[in-house]
Amino acid sequence: MKALEIKGLRKTFRSNFMLKKYRVLKGIDLEVERGEIYGFLGPNGAGKTTTIKCVLGLLNADGGEVLVEGRPVAAIDSRRCVGFLPENPYFYDYLTARELLTFAASLFDLPPPAVRERIGALLHRVGLSGREDLKLRKYSKGMIQRLGLAQALINDPDLLILDEPFSGLDPIGRKDMRALIFSLREAGKTVFFSSHILQDMEMMVDRVGIILDGVIRRQGKLSELIARSTQYYEVACTGIAEGRLAQIQSNYAVRDGHYVLTLASDADVNLVVESIIHNDGRIIAVTPVKMTLEDIFFSEMRNGQ
Amino acid sequence: MRTAVKGIALNTFRESARNKVFYLLVFFGVLFALSSKLVSFLTLGDAMKVLKDTGLAAIHFFSALIAVFTGVNLVYKEIEKKTVLNILSKPVSRDQFIFGKFLGLALTMLVALAVMAGIFFVFVALNGGGFDPAIALYFLMLLLELLIIVAISLLFSSFTTPILSFIFTLSLYLIGHVMWTYNEFKVVLKAPLWRGFARFLYYLLPNLAKFNIKNEVVLGTPPGAWTVLLSILYALAYILALLCLTILIFRRREFS
Repeated sequence: MKALEIKGLRKTFRSNFMLKKYRVLKGIDLEVERGEIYGFLGPNGAGKTTTIKCVLGLLNADGGEVLVEGRPVAAIDSRRCVGFLPENPYFYDYLTARELLTFAASLFDLPPPAVRERIGALLHRVGLSGREDLKLRKYSKGMIQRLGLAQALINDPDLLILDEPFSGLDPIGRKDMRALIFSLREAGKTVFFSSHILQDMEMMVDRVGIILDGVIRRQGKLSELIARSTQYYEVACTGIAEGRLAQIQSNYAVRDGHYVLTLASDADVNLVVESIIHNDGRIIAVTPVKMTLEDIFFSEMRNGQ
Repeated sequence: MRTAVKGIALNTFRESARNKVFYLLVFFGVLFALSSKLVSFLTLGDAMKVLKDTGLAAIHFFSALIAVFTGVNLVYKEIEKKTVLNILSKPVSRDQFIFGKFLGLALTMLVALAVMAGIFFVFVALNGGGFDPAIALYFLMLLLELLIIVAISLLFSSFTTPILSFIFTLSLYLIGHVMWTYNEFKVVLKAPLWRGFARFLYYLLPNLAKFNIKNEVVLGTPPGAWTVLLSILYALAYILALLCLTILIFRRREFS
């Protein structure tokens, strides 16, 4: 069973008295395996938040199927094993952190003695110990984001859905959030998070889905996507006369006292390496230059235009 | 499931109770009720009657204001500030959310009214009056009226802005207190279509005048048990209908 399965999800928004239609999701298909960190990558307006809201039953989809831990999203119980952190979360500013978490726990029917213990542990985990009785109106944005994660974890969920969890965080906050997400994976949780920040994705996710204009354009293991995407090879060599090198391969440069050749395929690499060695040259390095997630993302964006 | 409703209700009550406007309105309610002593000095006749009459009228006015003000904001604010996402993304149905909100508002009104009523009873006693069970009955009927107002404001705030909710709720409150004009309309309106329409409105709109028993209480002729029972049943049925309508609207709402 998958942690999350979405098949053919479609959603249209209407405005101007229902006359104007905006097709936001045009058939989303994605699968999230248990225990992985899945990155949902896309530019602003691509449909990330709309997809998440359909998964949580906050928006009614026009069509398609969503299964959370094997249960259809229409069943309210499907949310029992889910934790959710919305984008730019806002909580009742007249509450304290402890009161907010107690309120969140009441929505899950959790027994009070267990809740008290869990609240203390969660506040400690997100670094808010000692601030539990401070009114939320006095919290900074970073503290609110941490508290948002704590309330998403109150039910010890199997699947955690985070909508732009790094939004508005400073570098320390981002580092802490990353560490928290990694610790959740280590604890066997599934984390599904959306972001438009490529750096976060590249550092964290096991698998990634790229959404553009309401459609999933690429999906798979990040390592495989990148491995499949070798752009070219660089061969660094030395000890060969420049005239001979120019006869073997005209596309080269001099870098740090070495010749660096740029080759298009691994077949070319074999031929060129053999020729260099045959001409008394020495191979220093053969480096496949792969696409980064950023390259893949922008290549998909170009293809889509 | 019950814990979720209770949690939402208590949080709603906490929100109202931590709102300065709420305290301000309770304060003015008490202040104006106590100022009835001043009115009784300036008026001829039975001072205790005047004191009760103006005091109860002040409590009625300010408690209705509290009901409208707290009711029109609550659901709208949850949607506008997106706190509703944190609730409905958990195993909580929309029906439970509305029901919890209503119970929280009802608790708010109960506490506000209890404070004002308690102070009023003490005030009457200090002025030489005894405990009058008819006044307790008046407060019970007022509570029923406030619950209807709260349910109306909840209905409007589930699909429109606070300003419009306020206007609509206040309009229904005022109309609800002049429902007796239907009998005069019946005489004036000749066309069966218009008469039918007036009759339809009479049954559709809340008859809040039913709950205003101030004059009877002050004059010492409180309504009988049967009338009170009918009023209670009317209030419960009306509130139930309003909540069902609110839930139907809220079920279709999308949170984009």
